[in-house]
Parts: sequence; structure tokens; C-alpha cells
Amino acid sequence: MSGSRKVTVAASMLLLLSLASSVLLLRRLDQVRSHATLEEVLFLNSPKWVKRLSLGYDGLLADIYWTRAVQYFGSKHVAAAGDYRLLYPLLEITTALDPKLIVAYQFGANFLQPNPPEGAGMPDKAVALVEYGIRNNPDNWKLYYDLGFVYYYMEPTNYPKAAEAFERGTKVPNAHPFLRVLAAQMAQHAGEIQTSRMLWQAAYATTNEDLIRKNAVAHLRALKVDEDITELEKMVARYREQTGVLPSSFNVLIGAGMLRGVPVDPDGKPYILLVDGDIELRNPKDFPFVVKGLPPGYNTELPKPRSR
Amino acid sequence: MSRVVHIAANTFREAVRDRVLYNLIAFALLLSGAAILVGQISIDIERLVVVNLGLTAVSLFGVVIAIFIGIGLVSKEMEKRTLYTVLSRPVRRWEFIVGKFFGLTGTLVVNTFCMAIGVFAALLYVSHKFQSSDAWILVALFFIVLQFLILCSLALLFSSFSSPLLSAVFAFSLFVIGSSAEDLRGFARMSHGLTRWLATGAAYLVPNFSALNVIGQVAHEQPISGHLIAYNTAYALAYSAMAICGAVLIFERRNLK
Repeated sequence: MSGSRKVTVAASMLLLLSLASSVLLLRRLDQVRSHATLEEVLFLNSPKWVKRLSLGYDGLLADIYWTRAVQYFGSKHVAAAGDYRLLYPLLEITTALDPKLIVAYQFGANFLQPNPPEGAGMPDKAVALVEYGIRNNPDNWKLYYDLGFVYYYMEPTNYPKAAEAFERGTKVPNAHPFLRVLAAQMAQHAGEIQTSRMLWQAAYATTNEDLIRKNAVAHLRALKVDEDITELEKMVARYREQTGVLPSSFNVLIGAGMLRGVPVDPDGKPYILLVDGDIELRNPKDFPFVVKGLPPGYNTELPKPRSR
Repeated sequence: MSRVVHIAANTFREAVRDRVLYNLIAFALLLSGAAILVGQISIDIERLVVVNLGLTAVSLFGVVIAIFIGIGLVSKEMEKRTLYTVLSRPVRRWEFIVGKFFGLTGTLVVNTFCMAIGVFAALLYVSHKFQSSDAWILVALFFIVLQFLILCSLALLFSSFSSPLLSAVFAFSLFVIGSSAEDLRGFARMSHGLTRWLATGAAYLVPNFSALNVIGQVAHEQPISGHLIAYNTAYALAYSAMAICGAVLIFERRNLK
């Protein structure tokens, strides 16, 4: 083998070895610095300063901060974290850099308001962010909807503010007609489950953001369970009124012509009829937002049902 | 091995002769000016400003030197036809490349050492005493030197096959992209299908300068973990070795006639 060929072979092997090593080391570095990039936000958390330092490349920087916000929330959410203190500064900087980035306001409306681990537990910040969005995008009806949504899911629900937000939205050109319905329902405080369903369906329909959509689907599934169990409990009470005894199983209700089959949850798993007439879910962990059908003491460490 | 050392020593001498170390004067002026200014303003962030400004200046001066000297290491020798004199002696092409790399790295290490003295002097001026957390500044300086290792190897890699102008563009672009490498991997994680594979591949191929930048952390007196120091060192060595191997492979095949 000639000298040059030996060098080529040795250099090629060393190149592959160092390439593999650098990729492996990079993966270890990612583990060591899992939130380092985001924590750096704390060092420069003034939106005005970030905008000045962007040297006019605000659009690109907004995209980077938006990615960071989604990743921050996603990684914390998976770990059921109790602290999302960087979510608001990240969204604030993102929207300061690009005030037209509607999805960032929608994200904030959905995840700043709920209590941890489902969100940051900062309803005031959610309102502030969406109001900032409205100031910069007064003709976007979706933001008024988001604002009403935040007020509706506040604890306690702020019906007058929610109604006012939906009402403001109806005045925007090309606003969706359901804003008018929502405004009326807020004013009446009526039809809680129907209103909630309408809100979550709209939340799903008005965004392409995956996390917001998944959150909406989880709430819609929980609403379906709550509605099913409410109906089943009414049925059990009616049977007891008619016969004087509690039904021992769903088959008894089927035999009495009250049910067509054994009722199932949205995953197709049958509900459980307890001896005291209560109805329980078979796998409550699959429905993080349900109010009904939970075993006694089950949800002490889970998020408060129905909060966003 | 002695041939590599000779080429490295010559590269260092040449850089000194080219007045590269004159940048130290600009650095000294900048830092002493900033130290006096923040010392007079006294807004409780004197230390923060000096550390941030000092380390950023060390990094930027070094990056500019690494790129602009590195890109000319091969092409300048070819232009002046001194390369042929060197290679006509019993010097192998790979020895030339490796020697050039160590020569430039040595220049930057000396430059960084002088600047580090300036940073600590300015720090002493504004704080009147050193504190234990100032030791982390040494780690930040070490990481900056690791950045230079990677940049020198990249500049040399591009210099082995491209013109100086294009080499500068490539090296500087990689520096900018590499400084946002973690965001790039973030984008890759959010994409799907083939795009995800391609983006992940690209994200792992570009140098990761963001992990080597701990200026913000040390300015806020936050400690740097031993794991980070170990992994960063190993990573910078592995990445530089990869780029140097690439440069050797290209230069071995290059027609110098």
C-alpha cells in the first residue's frame, strides 16, 4: 500500500470515528443541557431589548422563540410539571417580535390559564397576552373568541367579561356566527356542558397547532363521559323510583327497555355500575378532565377538572 | 512529528508577523474603556457588564481571527508558491495541514490568554476583589478556546478546496448556524417524515457552538457542571478531528500543478 493510500485510509477511518463520536457526544450534551437554551431567556427577558437586538430580523427570531415556547411547554407537559414560569416570557417575546403570530396568542389562551400540570396557572397573563393580540390584530375574530374562552374557564367563571369578549368579536367583519350564540349563552349562564362542548369544538376548529388540538380533544372526550354518566345516573334513579330497588347490572336496565346495550366510554370500554347505583369509569387515567365517574379520592393530585 | 511542530511554529510566527496580535490593543482599549465607564455609572451590574462584554469580545475577536487567518492558510501558500517549496522537502501533505491547524490554534490560545488577563484586570478594577465564582470565567474562556479549535479546523477544511472568499462565507455561516444549533435540533424535532430525518442529520452535522457558549451563565455566577466540561471538551476534539480528517482527505487528492 502506498504512503498516500495509507493516509487516505487512516484519515477516512478517523473521520468516521470522530463523526460518530461527535454525534454521540452531542446527544449526551443535549441531556446535560436539557433546558439550558430556555433558561437563557431569563438572562434577556425584556421583549423590547430582544426586539432591538434582533437587528430587524424579528420574523426569524419570533419563529425561534415560538419553537422554544412550544418545546418548553411540550417537554414540561409530558413530565406533568408544576412550574411553567418561562411560558409567559417566551410567548411575550415571541409576540413582541411578531405581533401577527396568531397561533402564539391561541397557545397562550389555552395553556397559560389552566392550573399546573395542565398549564401555567396564570389567567391574568393569559388575558394580558390575548388583549395584546387584539390590540395588534383588531380584525381577527379568533382572538376575541380566545379571550372569552379564558374568562369562561377562569375560577370562578367571569361571565360578564366572557360575554363582553364574545360580543366584541361579533362586531369584527367576517366573524363566525357562533360568537353571537356564545355571547348570549354567557349572558344567560345556561347550558354548561353544551357551552363547553361548543367552546372546545371551536378551539379545535380554529387552530392547526397540534398541542391545542390534542387538548381540545381531551376535553371533548371528558365532556362526553360526564354527559354519559349524568344520563346513566338519571336512568338508575328512574329505575329505582319505578321498582324500589337499584339495578344490579346494566343488563337489568337493558331488560327494562331503558338501554339498548351496555354503555361504553369514548374508548369503547364499558362503564361500571356500582352496587350503590353510582357509575364509574373503567380507566379514569385515560380521561384527565372528567368530573364524574371517578373512584372516591381519585383526583386529589390531578388537575382541577374542566380547568384549561 | 517534528515536521508538524516546525510547520505549526512557522504558522504562529507568520501570524505574529502579520500583526494579528495587534487586535489585543483594540481589545485592551475596549475593555479598559468599558471598565472605567461602568465603574463610574455604578448601577450594580458592573461585574455583569465586564464579564459579558469581556468574554463576548474574546469570542468575537478570536472568531474573526480564526476565520480570516484560517481561510488563507492553504490558498496563501499556493498563491505565494511557498507550498511547493515546503512539499518538495520530506513533508507529507497531512503533516502540512495538521501543522497549520496547530499553528493557528496556538496563535489563538496565546491571544486568548492575553485577553483573559485583560478581562480579569477589568474585573478587579470594577469589583476591587476576586470572588470564588470568578473561577467559572476560566471555564467560559476554555469553552471559547474549544470554539476556536472547531472554527480553525472548519476554516482549514474549506481552505483546502475553496477560494478564500467562499471559505470565509462557509465558515462564518457555519458559525452562525452552529450558534443556534439547539434551535435547529428543536425545529428538526417538530418536523415529520423525511424532513425530520434530513433536518436531524443536518442538525447533528453542523457544529454545536451553543453548548460552548456559557457567557450568560458565568456572568450570572452560575456554576458549570463537570459533565458539561468533559462532554464539551470531547465533542470539540472529535469535531475538530473530523474536519481536519476531511481537510487531509481533500488536500491529499488535490492537484497542485
